[in-house]
Amino acid sequence: MNAIQNVNGQPLKGGKDTSAERQAGKWQDDAPLLSVRDICKFYAPGKGCGDVSFDLYPGEVLGIVGESGSGKSTLLSTLSARLQPDSGQVIYNSAQFGELDLYACDEAERRVLMRSEWGIVHQHARDGLRMNVSAGANIGERLMAVGERHYGSIREKAEEWLTAVEIDTGRIDDRPSQFSGGMQQRLQIARNLVTHPKLIFMDEPTGGLDVSVQARLLDLLRNLVSQLGLSVIIVTHDLAVARLLAHRLMVMRRGEVVETGLTDQVLDDPQHPYTQLLVSSILQN
Amino acid sequence: MSSQLSSQLNKPATQTAGAEGYNFAYLDEQSKRMIRRAMLKAVAIPGYQVPFGGREMPLPHGWGTGGMQLTATVIGEADTLKVIDQGADDTTNAVSIRRFFAKTAGVATTEHTADASLIQTRHRIPERQLRNDQILIYQVPIPEPLRFIEPRETETRKMHALREYGAMQVKLYEDVARFGHIATSYDYPVMVNDRYMMDPSPIPKFDNPKMNQMPALQLFGAGFEKRIYAVPPYTRVVSLDFDDYPFEVQSWEESCSICGSDHSFLDEVIMDDAGNKMFVCSDTDYCRERVEQGFTAENPEGQQGLTPEHNQVQQENKKQDDTKAEEMAL
Repeated sequence: MNAIQNVNGQPLKGGKDTSAERQAGKWQDDAPLLSVRDICKFYAPGKGCGDVSFDLYPGEVLGIVGESGSGKSTLLSTLSARLQPDSGQVIYNSAQFGELDLYACDEAERRVLMRSEWGIVHQHARDGLRMNVSAGANIGERLMAVGERHYGSIREKAEEWLTAVEIDTGRIDDRPSQFSGGMQQRLQIARNLVTHPKLIFMDEPTGGLDVSVQARLLDLLRNLVSQLGLSVIIVTHDLAVARLLAHRLMVMRRGEVVETGLTDQVLDDPQHPYTQLLVSSILQN
Repeated sequence: MSSQLSSQLNKPATQTAGAEGYNFAYLDEQSKRMIRRAMLKAVAIPGYQVPFGGREMPLPHGWGTGGMQLTATVIGEADTLKVIDQGADDTTNAVSIRRFFAKTAGVATTEHTADASLIQTRHRIPERQLRNDQILIYQVPIPEPLRFIEPRETETRKMHALREYGAMQVKLYEDVARFGHIATSYDYPVMVNDRYMMDPSPIPKFDNPKMNQMPALQLFGAGFEKRIYAVPPYTRVVSLDFDDYPFEVQSWEESCSICGSDHSFLDEVIMDDAGNKMFVCSDTDYCRERVEQGFTAENPEGQQGLTPEHNQVQQENKKQDDTKAEEMAL
């Protein structure tokens, strides 16, 4: 893969080739995968997120941007069934259970979703990985959780996914603690994708990585997302990441969504003063 | 199923038997009632860990206090108690616990598996097949099989409740990846009655198959962690494995240097500084029984005409003498 050249060689804007076609309304033919209605979760006035509503369609990548403390991660946690909201509904259209109201359904179903149809990529890889077992076991865990009991095929799939995320298969028996930050992050992605989830939640997946490693990871993510037709909700404070990956953007400030729209639209023609500030804060060269 | 347990439970405790100034079998009756309730729940939900209010025993935690509390609770005057530690009747832990109950409950004790109605054990299941009228009580250090992968108690309880046992397989995966086979040799996780994942206490995996459909009631007591769990008689107990790496028990190329047994669990004993060693049965009573039946290391097939049935009568006679001798010794 000459991924790095692609990313470094081209301006970031040129990256989204199929998105134009998707933005033309292709998604709207399907039912939304995730419907969010008036979600509120406040720790204190102005701390948390409030009155968020949107629909996410299959194959769509939604970016949530905003400064630190604007409620992005809180929103992501409530969307991914990890944090009970104060009010509001999250409805997920599951292949196994049909339409599911996440906070009204059985916890058992929610946990099944988490290990089969969903993936969660944490900002810090050690939150999402088991650091004391090998890379192969990390990838295999989800398979075993959904009932795979054949060692040979678990290992085969682990090798496949290590290759897919560009980790040498010779490292399969090494522990993640012996991996570099970028490798840990890629391992975390492999671990999530092994059960072919439909929806991935990512919280700052490139946080703490240097630019060249970031570029490789982003390129990898973009390829995987388009190959597997994943829906993604990605939280980031890095507008370049959002521009590269997201089809649609939500800008958050002080717990509220101040602007939404197609990525290019929001970034090239920001309407809200805060978004204008955010966009103009990027170093121009 | 629980008839044997309830018959045990209904036995009236008497204040007369046992040591002066102590209740029958040391524990007070209120504590026994509390433990019985926990025990009945444990039997009703095979493999489920029932919390109980663990009491102080005159012994440090980790020395079998969990097992002792169960024994003190189910023991009656008519019972005959056997205590083993790593299969042996004559190790410190076994001797002191046996003497403790002989003193505080005044019950008969025995070293013969066949004669015991209650067997408290640490780290072994006797080689001889247990009967429906016997109860096996295990001493358990860590009752939670999922602990190594999930340190939070709230989370492990949830995993049990929702039957999320995929993580347990990770342990076996790591074994195969690192050693080429499932190297876990004791404390080998089992599935009870197709529902609860259970820690069988640190018995060798050699003993795991004996737990399956065992006629005797199996009770597990963890004193430090304050948990009781049980496997009722004739319950399915399956050891975890992979389809392509099936569960296997240990085997030895050697046989017992005393009785010649090639099918029992063997201990390796270092004999001298030159590295000479011998292998002997870990179950001392089983080994003794075989020697009495005429099996030796030189003659592992046994003497002709001497069958286990033939020997039964001889044992019956001997047993009474033995018990008497032990009581005298105390």
